[in-house]
Amino acid sequence: MTLAPGRTCNVIVPVGALGAGVRAPDVARGIALGAHAIACDAGSTDSGPAYLATGKSKYSRDAVKTDLAILMRAQADAGIPLLIGSCGTSGCDMALDWMHDIAVEIARENGLSPSIALLYSEQKASLLEERAAAGAIMPLEPVGEILPGVFAACDHIVALMGPEPYIEALRGGADIVLGGRTTDTAVIAAVPLMMGAGAGAAWHAGKTSECGGLCTVRSRDGGVIVRVGADHFDVEPLAMSNACTTTTVSAHMLYENSDPFRLTEPGGVLDVGTARYDALDNRIVRVSGSVFESAPYTMKLEGASGGPFQTIMLVGIQDRGVLAEIPRFLTQMEEFFRSRLQATIGPRLGDYDVSLRAYGWNGVTGDAVEAAAPAPREIGLMFVATAATQQLATQIAKTCNPAFFHMPLNLDQELPSYAFPFSPAEIERGQVYEFRLNHVVRVNDPLELVRIRYPATEEVSHAEAE
Amino acid sequence: MPKLNDVCSHVRSKNAGPFWITVDLFFPDAETFARYSDAPSLTSSAVAAMFGVDPVRMKRFMVTDLSVLKFSYPRATPQGGTMERDMHGGQQYVRLLDVEL
Repeated sequence: MTLAPGRTCNVIVPVGALGAGVRAPDVARGIALGAHAIACDAGSTDSGPAYLATGKSKYSRDAVKTDLAILMRAQADAGIPLLIGSCGTSGCDMALDWMHDIAVEIARENGLSPSIALLYSEQKASLLEERAAAGAIMPLEPVGEILPGVFAACDHIVALMGPEPYIEALRGGADIVLGGRTTDTAVIAAVPLMMGAGAGAAWHAGKTSECGGLCTVRSRDGGVIVRVGADHFDVEPLAMSNACTTTTVSAHMLYENSDPFRLTEPGGVLDVGTARYDALDNRIVRVSGSVFESAPYTMKLEGASGGPFQTIMLVGIQDRGVLAEIPRFLTQMEEFFRSRLQATIGPRLGDYDVSLRAYGWNGVTGDAVEAAAPAPREIGLMFVATAATQQLATQIAKTCNPAFFHMPLNLDQELPSYAFPFSPAEIERGQVYEFRLNHVVRVNDPLELVRIRYPATEEVSHAEAE
Repeated sequence: MPKLNDVCSHVRSKNAGPFWITVDLFFPDAETFARYSDAPSLTSSAVAAMFGVDPVRMKRFMVTDLSVLKFSYPRATPQGGTMERDMHGGQQYVRLLDVEL
């Protein structure tokens, strides 16, 4: 299927991430401009491994519900499909079920009865071990070979979907497609590709608009609409107060991309090295010349798990003697902690770590500060104990507590008290989560590792990904 | 010699997935870009040394149309682990600001 000459497929991208703030007038304007679909994502690995390891959403339920309700009402009014990718931040099965429950609640409260499709892309470790044994899983730079047991060590593993499952669900009659983990671009490219737009234009339009207004002059002033044709796309902000320029649009390929010219997607590579950016007027930019090179179909894998536990303490220091000699102060404090911990907890410490991070000095990097640097006015000193259990991390913090709050710079000084804000002083921060996979799995069919479900309108999933 | 902070119009860093950090140096115009982008302090190996990265792993891109020099390098440990101090890598560019061009 190809678009008729001169026709475009128009997609509203109302926001960079569902839950960050959709504006109803923006969506209404996009529909007035002739949109064929609304698409955006609701997740990312951007904020760290905790959301995938736990399956819980980064954004609050209320924020997500508010945004989704605007989009579902617009979907029903306009009769155009709504596609949401990477539901519940990580896009694992429980996160998708959580989003589905919200959608069911919105439908009930608003008297809506959309056909909803759910695309599950969480993967079992055992299946991936089989695929790895068959040579179908390849590591990505900078990770080396596949370590034994790495799949089983993950709490959740997701495979990033392309546009094909969305297209399948729309052809299956869905009004709303809620997807598990998906590449940001694929969610937006799906309907243009289904309607026969050019692949280079569709994928590049998806990449350009994946963060909503981030490709505009005023990145917080609403989302965008992309009009995708056979060999070009136009991008326009939804708000009349906002504008796209050739620079803001072309520069978006730099953002969060390790390669500014080539972007690997499930079924190939988007190459924008030969793209042209032309201003159609002072708000709209036309992009042409992007190329999508087909390649064997691969799905990127993301996996995360819980590791050790941390307990933290915070203290503020304005003592001028300490601030004049911060490196010596921190070194002798660390040495004291180590010997005190050995003398008290001893071998039960196991593989533990104590880290002092002096904010206002070098807390951001931990790198040594040049000797000539002036003393700061104050520092916030964070103590981080890491150990195999929460209980042990807290015992380490409590053992170090007296010295952390009262250790003088010189031992002949009167006992100082630094400014600690909380009682109890220690804060159980919980588990450290870790990303464990940076691999792709090769598949013969884009739907092979995806499960599509069409639940009845009122059926809830009873997810608890709060 | 001028410092990078005085020459570039904008400098930023950001995570590019959980395993990479990417740094964008925006020069104000094509002339400035041409003049400084091949400075000895902005080679792959010089920038790799500043971030403590194996120079073989440092990727360097000249984005001439935007007058941007881009560097991408792997994190020492994946985003979010025990020793994480900068989840988004958003403050990593600061160490480049005083580099002399």
